[in-house]
Amino acid sequence: MMQQSNSIIINGHTCLFEPGETILEVAQRYRIDIPTLCHLKGTTPTGACRICIVEMEGRKDLIASCTTPAAEGMVIRTESPKVISHRKTILELMLNSGNHNCAIGSSKEESWTDFQMKTLVNDQNEDLCPAWGDCELQNLAYRYQVKGRTTGEPQPAMMVPAERDNPFIIRDSTRCILCGRCVAACNQVQVNRAIDFGYRGSDSKIIAGTDDTLMGSDCVFCGECVQACPVGALVEKKAMGHGRPWETQKIRTTCPYCGVGCQQLLHVKDKKIVKVTGVEDGAPNMGRLCIKGRFGYDFIYSKERLLTPLIRGNAGNGNADEDNDGTGKKGKLRPATWDEALDLVAQKFTEIIENHGPDALAGVSCARSINEDSYQMQKLFRAVFKTNNIDHCART
Amino acid sequence: MFMVIGSNMTEAHPVASTFLKNAVQNGAGLIVVDPRKHKLVDFANLHLPLKVGSDIALLNGLMNVLITEDLYDHEFVERCCDDFEALKACAMTYPPERAAEISGIDAETIKKTARLLASVKPVMVCYTLGITEHTCGKNNVMSIANLQMLLGNMGVECGGVNPLRGQNNVQGACDMGALPNVFPGYQAVIDAKSREKFAKAWGVEKLPDKNGLMIPQMMDGLVDKKVRGFYIFGENLANTEPDIRKVEHELASAEFMVCQDIFENETTRFADVVFPAAAWSENDGTFTNSERRVSRVRTASPAPGYAQPNWWIFKQIAKRMGHNWKSDSAQEIWDNEISVLAPNLGGIKYLRIEKDGLQWPCPTEAHPGTPILHMEGRFTKGKGSFMAVEWTPPAEVPDEEYPFVLSTGRRLYHYHTRTQTGRCEGLNEVLGEETADISIADAKALDIAHNEMIKVYSRRGEVKVRARVTPEVPEGMVWMAFHFREGNANWLTNPAFDPNTLTAEYKACAVALAKI
Ligand code: SF4
Ligand code: SF4
Ligand code: SF4
Repeated sequence: MMQQSNSIIINGHTCLFEPGETILEVAQRYRIDIPTLCHLKGTTPTGACRICIVEMEGRKDLIASCTTPAAEGMVIRTESPKVISHRKTILELMLNSGNHNCAIGSSKEESWTDFQMKTLVNDQNEDLCPAWGDCELQNLAYRYQVKGRTTGEPQPAMMVPAERDNPFIIRDSTRCILCGRCVAACNQVQVNRAIDFGYRGSDSKIIAGTDDTLMGSDCVFCGECVQACPVGALVEKKAMGHGRPWETQKIRTTCPYCGVGCQQLLHVKDKKIVKVTGVEDGAPNMGRLCIKGRFGYDFIYSKERLLTPLIRGNAGNGNADEDNDGTGKKGKLRPATWDEALDLVAQKFTEIIENHGPDALAGVSCARSINEDSYQMQKLFRAVFKTNNIDHCART
Repeated sequence: MFMVIGSNMTEAHPVASTFLKNAVQNGAGLIVVDPRKHKLVDFANLHLPLKVGSDIALLNGLMNVLITEDLYDHEFVERCCDDFEALKACAMTYPPERAAEISGIDAETIKKTARLLASVKPVMVCYTLGITEHTCGKNNVMSIANLQMLLGNMGVECGGVNPLRGQNNVQGACDMGALPNVFPGYQAVIDAKSREKFAKAWGVEKLPDKNGLMIPQMMDGLVDKKVRGFYIFGENLANTEPDIRKVEHELASAEFMVCQDIFENETTRFADVVFPAAAWSENDGTFTNSERRVSRVRTASPAPGYAQPNWWIFKQIAKRMGHNWKSDSAQEIWDNEISVLAPNLGGIKYLRIEKDGLQWPCPTEAHPGTPILHMEGRFTKGKGSFMAVEWTPPAEVPDEEYPFVLSTGRRLYHYHTRTQTGRCEGLNEVLGEETADISIADAKALDIAHNEMIKVYSRRGEVKVRARVTPEVPEGMVWMAFHFREGNANWLTNPAFDPNTLTAEYKACAVALAKI
C-alpha cells in the first residue's frame, strides 16, 4: 500500500501529522490512548515518567512518544507486549517508591491490613490517600494490573509528614512520583516560579523556594499545580472529605470576581459546590484560575447570608424610635415578608414620585451581578419610575 | 510587545497576567509604566516608575520623540486618523526634558522607550484603574489612544488599547445601560428615536428624555434633598467611595433607602428596607468580561431562606407599580429583550453560548463575534481622531503638612470590601488585615519598623494600620487597599472627580504618616 505523505502508522491506522507534532500529539488527535503521567499540555515535554513509551518498527529501544516528533513513515505500536511489560515495571517502581496506600498497594490480605495500619500511623492521616479513585497512577496500575509493594514495610520516604500549614493545598511528598507536572504548571503555565525540582539523585524532590513551605515561598495559591498533579501528592484541603469525583455533578460557569471572566467547572454534590477547577480548553482562561476563582466559592454558604427581607422597625408608620447606631436611622431592621417589604417600597417610591417628581429617585446597579439584573434595574428606573438616575460603579 | 500602564495585573487580573507572562517567556518585549515595582516588573525589559498622576506628561513626551525623530506610522496616521496637527502642536510642548521634570523619568529613558515602542509592531497597551481613577482619567485614556494611533497599533491582533475591567461584570453593566445617559446597547436617552424604540418595546407611552445623575451627583443630591429615594443594588458604597465620613453623612441623609444584597454590610446599616438576593451560582444568567465576551453563569445551589434572584425583585416592584413584565427567567430576559434591543448583542442567544461565550459586536445569529475592535483601522465613526490633551496634576498634591502621595488599589487575596472573599475559608488566613505599604527609605527616615502599627492621616480622616516596608513602593508614596473596614484607605481618599466621567481620584491624595 502506498503511504500518504506526512503520515505515520499507529497501531495499524494511518495518521496524518503536521510537521513538528509529536507522536503523542498525533495519537491524541486520533483518539488513540497513550498513557502519560508527566505530560502537561502547553508545556515543554520532559519525557520524565517514561510511561508514554511506544515501540517503533526498526528500532530496538522504546521511545518516549511525548518528546519524539512524528516523522514520515514511522510505524508505531502503543500497546505491544514489550511496551506493556516496560510500563508495568515503571508503575511498580512508582508504587513502591512512596506511600501509595490504596487498594493496589498489596496483594496479600494479611500484610495489607498491617501495611495500612503502619502507613496510617506514619503519615498522621486517618484516611486513605485522598486521591483514591481520582488518581492517574492508580488508574494505570489497574489498567496494567500492577500491584505495589508486597512486604508491608513502610520505606523511610513515607515517614515525612504532609505539609498542611496553609489553608488550601496539602503537599504530601510521600505520594509524589516526581513527574514534574506541578513544576511545569507553576513555571510555564502560571509563571509564578514558586516551586522547582530540588536536590539530586535519590534525594530529588519538589521544593518551594529554598525548600520552604508554600506559605513561606512565592506561592500565590493559584492551585494550578494541584489541578496538574496526577496523584495524591497535591490535594485541595477545602475539598477534602466533601465528595468523591464520581459523586459530583460538573457545572460550567463564569468566575464572579475580576473582569477576566474565567470559565470554571463547579464540582457540585447535593447542590453544594465542593470544589472548583478551570475548564480545560475553555476561552478565555484555558483551564487556568487564580486563588479567588479556585478557592473563593464558599461565601454563598456563609451563615451570615440575608435570608428574609428586612424592614426598619417603624419604616412606613413614622413612629420615632431611638437612633440605633449613629446612622441617623430610627429603629432596628426586622424580618418581614416579601409582600410587606415590596408593598412598602412600591408605596414609598410612588409617594416620592408624586410629591417630588421621578428625578427624586436614584439607583445604583451592581457591576458584580448578571447582565439580566442590571438590565432589569435600568428598565425599572426608566420605564416605571421615569427617571434616568441609574448608574453603577463603572468608575471604581 | 506589551506596554502595561497603571495596572498591577498579577494581582488584579491574575489569569490575564499569566498569558502575558507566557508571551514574555516566548520572547515578547514588555514595558511596565507604574510608580510601583510590582511583580510584573520582574519580567519587564523596561520599568518606568513615573510619579503618580504624571501619565499624560510622559505619554506626550513619548509622542514628542516619535514625531521629532520621525518614528511614527505615517501611513496609518494619514489613512485612518484626523487632527494630527493639533496633536503635534500639543506634543511639541512636551520635549523629553519637560516630560522628565514632571514624570521623574529621565529624558534619555523617555527617548529610549519611544524608540523601543517604534521598533516593534504590534504593541499592545493594557491599562486598568491606575489610568482611570484620576481627575484626568478620561484624558489619560485618550492620551494612550493617541500614542497607539501614532504608532499604527490600532485594529490589529495583539495591538490596541485594552482596558482590563476591574469587576467581573462592569462591562456588562455598561452594556445593559445601567448608566444615566444610555439605554442597553449604548443608545442615547436624549435621542428621540431610541426613546421611541424602547418605549414601544417596554409598552410605555414615553421615557425620560434627559440624562440622569451619576453616583457622586446622587450622593450630593441626598444631602440637598434633590434625591429622596435611593436604591442600592449590590454595592457597599460606605466602604468603596472616597472619604468614608462624607459618604456616611450622605447615606444618613437619604429619606428612604433600599438595599438589595446578599449580606448585611456597612451600607445596609442606613437602609429602610433590605431585600435578600440570590447570589452567584444561585441563579442563571450571563457575565460580560473585559474582552466583551458574554459567558454563561449557571445555578449550582438553591438560594438560602427567602432570597430571590435580583431580576425577580425588580419585576415585583414594577408589578406593584402597575407594570406587568412578561419575561420570567434570565434566559427570557436575555433572548427576548436584551439581544433584541441591543444591536451589538443581536446574535447572542443562550443556545449559542452553552460552551464558550461570544464577543460582541455580534449583530446576527450567523455572526461569529468580534474578538478585535477597529479592525484594520476602521474606527466605528470612520477615521479615528487624535485628541490632544494637556497634563494636569492630581487635585491634591503632597505639601509640607501631608508630604506623601497615597495611592490605592486591590490585592490578590481579597476582593473589594471582602463581602465575599472575607467569608471564604482560608482567604483571611493568607491576608488578614490591611497594611500601609511604604518604602524602605521612608521607613528609615521616620524610624518605622516593618509590621509596626502606624497612623496614616489625610485632610479627611485617619486610620491606624500596620506598616509593610517594601521595595515595591517608591520613596514618597504610601499604598493601601480598601478590603478591610479597619484601615480602609477610603477614610483618607479625596472625593475629587474627573469632570467628564466623575471617576474619583482614588490613585492620588496627600497623606502624612506618624508613629503611634
Ligand atoms: S499554587 Fe500556584 S503558585 Fe503555588 S506552587 Fe502551585 S502553581 Fe505554583
Ligand atoms: S507533586 Fe504531583 S505533579 Fe508534582 S512532581 Fe509530584 S506527582 Fe508530579
Ligand atoms: S479566576 Fe481569578 S483571574 Fe479568573 S476571573 Fe476569577 S478572579 Fe479573575
